[in-house]
Amino acid sequence: MSAKEWPLYEVFIRSRSGLSHRHVGSVHAADDRMALDHARDVYTRRNEGASIWVVRSSAIVASDPADAAELFDPAADKIYRHPTFYDIPEGVENL
Amino acid sequence: MKSPEIRDTLVLGIRLIGPAIVYTQGLDQKPDTAPQAEPHERLARFEARIDAEEKIEPKDWMPEGYRRTLIRQISQHAHSEIIGMQPEGNWLTRAPTLRRKAILLAKVQDEAGHGLYLYGAAETLGVSREQMTEDLLTGRAKYSSIFNYPTLTWADVGAIGWLVDGAAIMNQIPLCRCSYGPYARAMVRICKEESFHQRQGFEIMHTLCNGTPEQKAMAQDALDRWWWPSLMMFGPSDKDSKHSAQSMAWKIKRFSNDELRQKFIDVTVPQAHFLGLRIPDDELAWDEETGHWRHGPIDWEEFRNVLAGFGPCNRQRMERRRQAHEEGRWVREAARAWAEKHKARAAA
Repeated sequence: MSAKEWPLYEVFIRSRSGLSHRHVGSVHAADDRMALDHARDVYTRRNEGASIWVVRSSAIVASDPADAAELFDPAADKIYRHPTFYDIPEGVENL
Repeated sequence: MKSPEIRDTLVLGIRLIGPAIVYTQGLDQKPDTAPQAEPHERLARFEARIDAEEKIEPKDWMPEGYRRTLIRQISQHAHSEIIGMQPEGNWLTRAPTLRRKAILLAKVQDEAGHGLYLYGAAETLGVSREQMTEDLLTGRAKYSSIFNYPTLTWADVGAIGWLVDGAAIMNQIPLCRCSYGPYARAMVRICKEESFHQRQGFEIMHTLCNGTPEQKAMAQDALDRWWWPSLMMFGPSDKDSKHSAQSMAWKIKRFSNDELRQKFIDVTVPQAHFLGLRIPDDELAWDEETGHWRHGPIDWEEFRNVLAGFGPCNRQRMERRRQAHEEGRWVREAARAWAEKHKARAAA
């Protein structure tokens, strides 16, 4: 990224209260406030949002897809973490 | 343990900000970072994911050709949205009613928004916004041939919405299933919004066709001028399309140029008939056997000329874009300086 270009921000929108913010895309802006303004103009022209988060893209720490197996595969054989793992005798209710 | 350089890139997260420099220079040349290990195995795994309809995401390994094809296609698509504001912007101050003006303004704003969604999607591939802007302004990057035609009357605004946005939707709906995640997600948003564009255009045509004989003649004249350029929007015929086969294999494209063009003709001809307008093609005929409208030959010479920069408005469009960019320069610089000053004050 050159010194002249405005920094990149990631945009997260809560579409209505009760839902979480969701990543929708990105904008360039000179500072945080402008990033909010731009996010509003670009991503909420049709009432898509009740709340906006913007965060400098460079501040996000992300996992590497190459590490996916190492990170996520160990959960695969721990099926006892799911309720469906357990046999419940016929006739038992509310369990 | 990974090298500090690679680790930095990972820490920077969603965007590959580190190697971006490599790719921004690398549009026309091979980047100097060779795939690190087991290229065949990586490629096989990549292709298996594509075949399984899995989406490819920004930080996933991908072949350089896939990355370059997407950068080219998405940035050209973005440029088309940005240049596409001009033909319609031409009528903003002369829209016949306040209602039409508010609608047209919203549509032109949407085109700007679409350009921005798409630039954002292209940036996830490691190309910078600055580089894409420069490629457009220097004429190195192309945009859709359709926007080099003039909007001579108000009916052209109707014809653009109905035909040009109609053709764009036909092209874009399959792109919602494109194998590259950020592009596919941008297209979902865009398609939702394009639907309003097409309908407002058809409504303008419908109103004109039910107006005075002069108004109806204006609608016919607009159709006469926009029909063939709209068909050209789908790109060269399949037998001449150099990028198609690979893009289909990578599931960037789902249908061939000719297939999409035929679909567009098949849905649009009945709409023209409903309006009581004549499609300007003497050879247009319903083919009972295939269930498609057969059409006359497309003037590919004209298409190549417009792409090569010799359409009616190429020069004007580029000049206007460069002018807008230059006139905005002090705003960009002032905003940057203001932000830096405030950051420095807050730190002090």
